Formats: sequence, C-alpha cells, structure tokens
Amino acid sequence: MVYQGPYRIGVEEKPMPRIEHPGDAIVRVTLAAICGSDLHLYHGMMPDTRVGSTFGHEFIGVVHEVGSDVRNLKVGDRVMVPFNVYCGSCYFCSRGLFANCHNVNPNATAIGAIYGYSHTCGGYDGGQAEFVRVPFADVGPTLIPDWLEDEDAVLLTDALATGYFGAQLAEIREGDTVAVFGAGPVGLYAARSAWLMGAGRVIVVDRVAERLEKASDFAYAETLDFTEVEDVVMELKRQTDFLGADVAIDAVGAEASGSRLQYITATKLKLQGGSPVALNWAIDAVRKGGTIGVLGAYGPMYSAIRLGDAMNKGLTLRANQCHVKRQWPRLFEHIRSGYLKPNDIVTHRVPLTEIAEAYDMFSAKRDGCIKTLVVPDADAA
Amino acid sequence: MPNTRLTNSDPDHEVPYLARPLHRPGREELQARIPGWGADLDLADRPAVPQEDHVPTGAHWDFPQRQLGPDRERSIEHGMLPPVFGTTVPLHGVSGAVRRFAYDHFSEARTRRWMLLIAGDRIDVAESAVRRLAGRVRARV
Repeated sequence: MVYQGPYRIGVEEKPMPRIEHPGDAIVRVTLAAICGSDLHLYHGMMPDTRVGSTFGHEFIGVVHEVGSDVRNLKVGDRVMVPFNVYCGSCYFCSRGLFANCHNVNPNATAIGAIYGYSHTCGGYDGGQAEFVRVPFADVGPTLIPDWLEDEDAVLLTDALATGYFGAQLAEIREGDTVAVFGAGPVGLYAARSAWLMGAGRVIVVDRVAERLEKASDFAYAETLDFTEVEDVVMELKRQTDFLGADVAIDAVGAEASGSRLQYITATKLKLQGGSPVALNWAIDAVRKGGTIGVLGAYGPMYSAIRLGDAMNKGLTLRANQCHVKRQWPRLFEHIRSGYLKPNDIVTHRVPLTEIAEAYDMFSAKRDGCIKTLVVPDADAA
Repeated sequence: MPNTRLTNSDPDHEVPYLARPLHRPGREELQARIPGWGADLDLADRPAVPQEDHVPTGAHWDFPQRQLGPDRERSIEHGMLPPVFGTTVPLHGVSGAVRRFAYDHFSEARTRRWMLLIAGDRIDVAESAVRRLAGRVRARV
C-alpha cells in the first residue's frame, strides 16, 4: 500500500526493499494487520508522514534474504516481527526499553522507531506490503512456534502485547476496579489482561455497540456507552460507590471523541498532538491516589490535559509504547493455557489489493469492523 | 474516639467517607467466571515490571556498524546521525526544503518544528497531485 495524502491510499508497485545494513533481513509478508493507530497516519495527524510511504507495523512473514552479519535467522524461517525497530545495545535497549531505542530514529529522540509509522518514527516502510526491510534481524524477529496460529502470531506483534503491557502500566492489584477507555482491539486486550492481573471489576467505556458487545463477550467486562449518559465521569463515580475506579487505562489516544472542542482542535486543526478526552475522563474517573496507564498513541505536540486534577488527586500516570518482545514468553504461556485467544476479535480479512476500502471501512467504523487482517498473497492463493 | 456516625447519609454512598473496605468479589467467584483470573497476580512477576530491567536482546555488538547512505535529515537533539535509519521517500521538492528547515533549526520541544512538518505534509500532498497530473498529461501526449 502507498499513502497518497489524508484519507487517500492506493496499491502501487514499489522497488523491492534491499539489504541496507549487514544486520538487515528482507521478510516476505504472509499476514499483516491494520492497527487503530494507523488511522492517525491515514487521517494526516502524524507530522512528517510522506506521500509514497507504506504503513503497517503488525506483520509476520518468511525470511527472504539476510545480511552478512545476521546469525540467528536464515532464509525460509517463519518469523513474527515486533512493531519496535530497535538495536538491542544502546543505553535504553540495555535497560529493556526497546520502544525507546536511541540508535534507529534520526528524526526524533523522544520517539523510538516503528515500522511504517512516518518519518517522525524513523522513516521505515511497513508491512502492509509483499516485502519489508527488517533492521537488526538478530534482535527483533522471533521464530513463530509451530503450535501458534498465524492470526494469533500477527496479533502478538502489537495489539495483544500492547493491551497486556497497558494493563501492567496500570499496576493492577487484586480486587481493583479497572476502567478501560476504548473498546478497540488494544482496549479489549487490556480489559482481558486486567483479569489476569487480578482485577475485581472491569468496566469498558466506548460508544460503538459492536465493540461494547465484544467487551462483554470477549473481555468479560461491564460496559458503558458514553453517548447514553450525560456525564460519563459522573456515571463511573455512581457505579463505583462515588469513589472512582482504582485504576484506569487510556486505550483511545489521539482521536478520542466526546468533546467537540478537543476533537476539532486536535484532529481537524492539528493544534494539539491528540484529543485527550479519554485521558481526561480517566483522570477524573479514577480515585484519588489511583494509577492511569496510557497506551493510546498521541502525537508529539502538546495536548490540553487536566493536569491540575491529576496533581491534586495524587495520581500516578504511567505511559510508554510497548516493549513488544518482552511480553511474548508470558503471552505464549497464556495462549497455550487457553487463557487468551487473540484472533477472537478479528472481524475482517482482506487481500492487499482491497486495503484502501479496508482503511475506509475501519476509519468509519462500518460493518462492525474491529480488527482487519491483510493477506498480501490472497489473490495468488 | 472520633465520631464516625454519618448523618443524612445514604448507606450505599458511605464508602469514600469511611475507612471501611469495599466489598470485592472473592477469588473463587472470579476464578470460576474468568479463564486465567489471577495468573499474573504477583506484581513483581510481570514481564514489564520493572519497566527498566536488563533483559537479553540478541545484540552481538557494542555499537552497531554504521549504515551507509546519503546525507539525511536528523533531529538536532541527536549528537550524531544514529547508525541505522529508514530510507523510504527521501526529502525532495518544496516540502523537503520546509521539512529540512524544521529539522535543522528547531528542537523537538519547539511547537514551530512540528507545525512546519505538518505544513510540509500538506505541501507534499499538493506536489504529489501536480506530479500525478503531469504524468497523466504526458501519458496522453
């Protein structure tokens, strides 16, 4: 796929990616996904998103070629690739902060590198394509275990790992009431993960009926449609004995609806790095002394956040992009134990040639779309 | 001893005003209802706790070999060009000049840096439209 401008993408032939560093591999993509955060690019919200770029940071595939310094992979290996591009050796990687690698993104120091996520995130092409360049092939990619289905593997490259990571950011303790804002894929996984960490109640807030239904069926959560109440914070207070939730998770990020002023200034006028409606609701709906995990993606500009309430309530805000590969061993265990079935949230599977329609559908939240997988060779099959 | 008796109170709404614990669902009830409930109960035994932690990465270098390539824009907050970088869609045209100006002059803390990059994005779209139109005209001729 190729980005042609806000709300416009197409399918075009591009030159075959090549080995540009001895540690690179070229991966033939067998399955990719469209992430909710891809919509921020699609809507033209991320600074330095260049026409001609290819999106896609959730993908698995087969190793097609390796550079001269690659030791751990060989041609023909089936691999899953974390969305983080990272070196494994810098100050931050040596401390496990793979999402914050300093050796891979010339365009910004505050942001690590991500496949197919603008030049602000390093200028790498993504995996919504037939082939993709994978730097540091000895560090990021992992062989897909034989027992793991491809659809589950591709969901581990971001959405499930990020949801699970977000629940950890929130430092959930036994019996906690957890409010999750956003019932997209990452929010659903965060809600489901909250139970693994001992939550006593999980309440998911959204406005899309099919997603709230999935929050109930897949994540065993109570649900709250914020369009059906006058004041979502007040309603959450009512439902939590006027105490507030113990922890909250912002799984919405930059394009939150719920406030016309915030939405227009952020998504239309680009005067904010994101519309922080969900984060502000989280700040006001969590109890004093509570914790908020922020895994929704925001742009690098400032956002109008209710910091005074956060300060006066003594809240802890914890945020980061997910260090994907650190989550995999435990998530493998949970999938094998039957505690998680990642592809239960997949609603659509499309060939690469129909990706423009898929973006349009996902953006408009039409046809019950929650998670779409992209099959590059579906037309050939 | 302090008087903890509430007046004009609704028993359902006393929680924040008294120290008594909340009613929480019990472990057995939750384990029966939720597959895997409590599998990660131990806060210290979660994969991202602590977030800063030494974990093996597979790197077999202290500093990666440098990627070769053309002159490339970089944040002025970087002390040097990082060793590995993306190479898709290099800077070009008027949009490229605007973007390079933003990168060369302003740190990531400056709003004008990001506004210039967004302006570069819009110019890029216009330049792309002109290129496409020119291509169609050439094809017809």
